[in-house]
Amino acid sequence: MNSIEISHLTKKFGNFVSVDNISFNVKKGEIFGFLGANGAGKSTTIRMLCGILAPTSGDATVNGFSITKETEKVKKSIGYMSQKFSLYDDLTVGENIDFFGGVYGLYGAQLKARKEWTLEISDLKGKENLLTGSLPGGIKQRLALGTAVIHKPAILFLDEPTSGVDPISRRNFWDLINTLSSDGTTLLVTTHYLEEAEFCHNIMLINAGKIIAGGTSKELKSKFIKGKILEIESNNPVTLMEDFTALPFINDISIFGKKLHLFVNELYPGDEQLRKIAYTKYESEIISVNQITPTLEDVFIHLLEGSHVK
Amino acid sequence: MLNRIMSVLVKEIRQLRRDTKLLIVIFTFPAFLLVMFGYAVNFDVQNIRIGISDGAKNEMSRQIIEYFSSSDYFLLVSMPDSPDDIIHLLDEKKVQAVIVIPSDISIITYGKGKNPQLQFLIDGVDGNTATIIKNYFNLVVTKLNSQINSEILAKYGRKFSAPIEPEIVLWFNPELKSTRFLLPGLIAMILVVTAVVTVSLSLVREKERGTIEQINVSSINNTELLIGKSTPYVAIAFINAALVLLAGYLFFDVSVKGNYFLLMLTTLIFLFASTSIGVFISVISDSQQVAFTAATLVSMLPSLLLSGFIFPIESMPFIIQLITNLSPAKFYLVTLRAIILKGSGLGTFYMQLFYLIIFGLIFLGLSIVIRKKESVSV
Ligand SMILES: Nc1ncnc2c1ncn2[C@@H]1O[C@H](COP(=O)(O)OP(=O)(O)OP(=O)(O)O)[C@@H](O)[C@H]1O
Ligand SMILES: [Mg+2]
Repeated sequence: MNSIEISHLTKKFGNFVSVDNISFNVKKGEIFGFLGANGAGKSTTIRMLCGILAPTSGDATVNGFSITKETEKVKKSIGYMSQKFSLYDDLTVGENIDFFGGVYGLYGAQLKARKEWTLEISDLKGKENLLTGSLPGGIKQRLALGTAVIHKPAILFLDEPTSGVDPISRRNFWDLINTLSSDGTTLLVTTHYLEEAEFCHNIMLINAGKIIAGGTSKELKSKFIKGKILEIESNNPVTLMEDFTALPFINDISIFGKKLHLFVNELYPGDEQLRKIAYTKYESEIISVNQITPTLEDVFIHLLEGSHVK
Repeated sequence: MLNRIMSVLVKEIRQLRRDTKLLIVIFTFPAFLLVMFGYAVNFDVQNIRIGISDGAKNEMSRQIIEYFSSSDYFLLVSMPDSPDDIIHLLDEKKVQAVIVIPSDISIITYGKGKNPQLQFLIDGVDGNTATIIKNYFNLVVTKLNSQINSEILAKYGRKFSAPIEPEIVLWFNPELKSTRFLLPGLIAMILVVTAVVTVSLSLVREKERGTIEQINVSSINNTELLIGKSTPYVAIAFINAALVLLAGYLFFDVSVKGNYFLLMLTTLIFLFASTSIGVFISVISDSQQVAFTAATLVSMLPSLLLSGFIFPIESMPFIIQLITNLSPAKFYLVTLRAIILKGSGLGTFYMQLFYLIIFGLIFLGLSIVIRKKESVSV
C-alpha cells in the first residue's frame, strides 16, 4: 500500500522548471530518502506534497488525498519539518510545544500528554522553561521533530533535518526517525549526507528537477556500478586522474582528497600491472591499491557526472 | 477554533513580552508625538516678532506703534529705518513681519481723499503661520481704525458707534486652541502607525524565520491566524489611544463630549482598516526591514498630510482631494472630531464607518489574491 503516489508533478517558477515531471510512490511505513544536490528541487517537491505550494501541473495523493483538490485533508495527515524550521528562539521549550500543539488543534489533557512525550524524546524533561534559543543544535532539531509530529501524523516530511548538526546528534536523530518508522509513520527525508541515505529503505535521486535513479541502496549499487572499484592512493592524484582516463580498462574515475576511485572493467590487468603503467608511462607512484565496496557516494558521483557510459 | 486562536494570541503576547525594544518603541512613540504636536509645534501664534519702520514720525504713527506693541499678539523687536534694514531683518528671520508706516500718514489727512496704506510684510515661508499673522494684523488694524474713528469723532463732540459689530464665537474649539483640534488627529495617527507597523512586522517575521511554513501545514486557517496575531496589537493600539486621550485631558484640557461606546466602536473599525493595510504590506514584503519601511511610510505620511490632521482637505487641489480617500485616517478623523469635540451621534458619520469597513475588506481581499497567486505565505 502506498502512502504517497506522485504522478507527473511539475512546478515552474516563471520559465524556470524547478520540478520536472516527476513520478514515484512511497510505501506505507517506509523511510524514503529523497536525495539531490543544492537546487535539485527537493524542497519544492516536499512543499507541493504538503499542500502549501500549488503544482504547475500533475498531481499526487498523500494518504489517499489529492494535493491539488484536498489540501486541507492532506494537511491533517502530515507533519512537516521545513528546511528553515528553527522553532521560536524567543519562546521557552514549553511555550513552543504549547503553540504548535495549539495550532494543530490539541488542548487540555491531550496536549499535556503529547507535551510530555515531546519533552521526553527531545531529552528536555524538566527543562521546559529554558529559552529555545539557548539550546544546542542537536537538541533543537529533536524538539523541532517532536513539535512536527505532536499531532501524530501518518506521514512525516523532513527537509534536511540534520543539516548543520554534529555527527553524534545526527546518529541520535536517526534513531528517533527509526523509532517513528517502526511505529508505522511513513517518512520522506531529504539529506545531503549520503551515509544517512544508507538508513533509508528506498532512495530517489533527483537532479535539476528530474528523477535520475531510484531503488534500494543495494539495487542502486549493483545497477550502476559494474565491475570493481579500486581505491588508490598517490602523490599526485590530480594529474594521475587525467592520465588514467585514457586507459581502456578504466570506465570512470572520481577523486576523494588524495585518493582516487577507479571503476574498472573486465579488461583490468591486475594491481601490479597498474602500478607499472603508472610508474613507467606517467612517472607517478601508486602508494596503495585496495578493492572497496561501493558507497552511495560512488553511485551518485557516477550518475551525476553522467560519465558512466563510456 | 477558539483554542487555535488563543494559542496564537498567547504565543504572540509571550514573544512581545520578551521584545523589550519593540515595547519601548510602541509606547514612547505616542509620547513623542504628543510632546511634538502638543508643545513644540504649537499652532497658536503668540508673540509674533515684528519690526516697525516709522516713515512718518508723527502723533498718528506713534499711536500705531503704541497700539501694536501693547497687543498680546505682537512683540516689537526692532525699528528699522531703511528698506535695506527691513529686508535684512526678514532675511535673517529676526522678525516674522514688518509694518511699514508711510510718511503721509497723519490725522490731518483723515477723511480727505485716499486713505494712507499701512504696509505689512510677512515672512511667507511657513504659509500656515503667515495666514494666522495676517488675520491678527487685520484684526488689530480693524480695532485700531475704530479707536481712531471714535477719538476723532469725540473731538467734534460726536459719539462713534459701529452699525454692526461682529461677535465671532468659535463653536467647537472656543479658545482656538490648536491642541484641541490636533488631538483627534494625533490619536488617529498613533493608532494607524502602531497597527500597521506591528501587524506587518509580526507577520513578516514568521515569513523571514520560516516558521510560517510550519503554521501553514497545521490545522489553523488564515482567519484564525490573523485574528490571533493582530488582537494583541489592536489591544496595544487601544491602550495607546486611551493614554493619549488621558494626556489630552490632563495637560491640554480636552475632554470627550460624546459617547465612549461609540468612540470604541469607531476605533475598532478604524483598527480593522489599519490592520488590513498591515496584512497587505506583509504579503508584498519579504523582510522585516522592507516591511518596516513600507509600513511607516504608508501609515505615517497619509495620516499626517492627507487626513486633514494638519492641512484642511477643502483647501487642497481637486486631484489631491481625490487621493486623500486612500488614507483611512481621513474618515476616522471626521468621526473622532465629531465624537470628541462636538459630541455628535452615529447619524453624522455612519458613512465614514461604512467606508472604513469597505477599505479594510478590499485590502484583505487583495492580500488573499496576491498570496494565492504567488503561493507564498501570509
Ligand atoms: N519561490 C521560488 N521562486 C523562484 N524560484 C524558486 C522558488 N523556490 C525555489 N526556486 C528554485 O527552484 C530550484 C529548486 O529549489 P529547491 O529549494 O526545491 O531545491 P532543493 O533541492 O531543496 O535545494 P537545497 O538542497 O539547497 O535545499 C532552485 O533553483 C530554486 O532557486
Ligand atoms: Mg531544500
